[in-house]
Amino acid sequence: MDLFLDVLVAVLLILGCLMSLIAGIGLLTFPDMLTRMHAATKPQVLGFLLIFAGLAIHLRSWTVIPVLVLAWAMQLLTAPVSAHMIGRAGYRTKHAAKETLYSDELRQVVEKVSSAPHTGTVPEIDPQETGPDAK
Amino acid sequence: MPNKNLAPRDQRIDDALDTAGVRHRATLKQEWPLLLLLVFVWGALWQDFSPGNLIFGAVIALVIVNLFPLPPVVLSGRLNLWYCVKLFGWFLGQVVAASVHVAWLAVVRGKKTRSSVIAVPLRTDSDLIVMTVGHVLTLIPGSFVLDVDRSSSTLYLHYIDVDSAREVEKARENIRDIERRLIMAIGSQDEYEAIKNECSPRVRRTKEKP
Repeated sequence: MDLFLDVLVAVLLILGCLMSLIAGIGLLTFPDMLTRMHAATKPQVLGFLLIFAGLAIHLRSWTVIPVLVLAWAMQLLTAPVSAHMIGRAGYRTKHAAKETLYSDELRQVVEKVSSAPHTGTVPEIDPQETGPDAK
Repeated sequence: MPNKNLAPRDQRIDDALDTAGVRHRATLKQEWPLLLLLVFVWGALWQDFSPGNLIFGAVIALVIVNLFPLPPVVLSGRLNLWYCVKLFGWFLGQVVAASVHVAWLAVVRGKKTRSSVIAVPLRTDSDLIVMTVGHVLTLIPGSFVLDVDRSSSTLYLHYIDVDSAREVEKARENIRDIERRLIMAIGSQDEYEAIKNECSPRVRRTKEKP
């Protein structure tokens, strides 16, 4: 039984580390900042979960489980926020390769808002009418 | 927020100053689930869930929320545990799928990956649902939130690996499916009824066919 659990722990830890490796490879191979944010947010959440599951089995103690759950929950809460903040700021810079996008339904909105005077009403934009698939 | 074209909605002005310039504070009735969460954090960090430690944690939680007040998080007052469990199971599966998807794109496609920025107008007008939809869709395959238009509950997403009009529509449908699942689990009673009475996307598609 102990041997089985140890093997399970090893598998979980290695899979978890593999996910972090994938995140690293994604950061290197993706073309621009926005696609890189996908690599930075998705695989390592699963990697964390696998490593934590491995740790929980390895330590064989009930008291560490709340800490691990808490750490993972924090990861779930903070990873999307950081991706959003970096993406939102980066969209307005040259690091987002906007010319490679297939469609860009945010561009019009940003342009309208930034060309409007600083005070007064915000121009009304119907998001359905932007993009190449407008009907 | 100079949104003069749009009628303000009740919840949206709750956390800002109202017309009289009074800031609304959360009541204990609104806040107790969050206080419970803080007590759990305290117990987890001490690795000690004995009653004395928890009571001390509760005292500290109360002091903190009164010293550093934040805008109230308006919970809907409805929670369906069965749909929550279903949502969580589905979510875990999607997280695994997301990792595989990104791994495949990173290794095979690399620099050739093409993507889109799409606007998804949501049906809900609850901040909590918009926020949770944003979180869930960032962690599952394909998308993350670039920008939010709060007054119309529109999310602007970066959607990876989308390069045709059909796929854009499919992506939009996926997001609205996440919204449906979340409303089933934690949405308010009104929104739950509205979602239940709405045709599911699959039904609508078969209807449109001649």
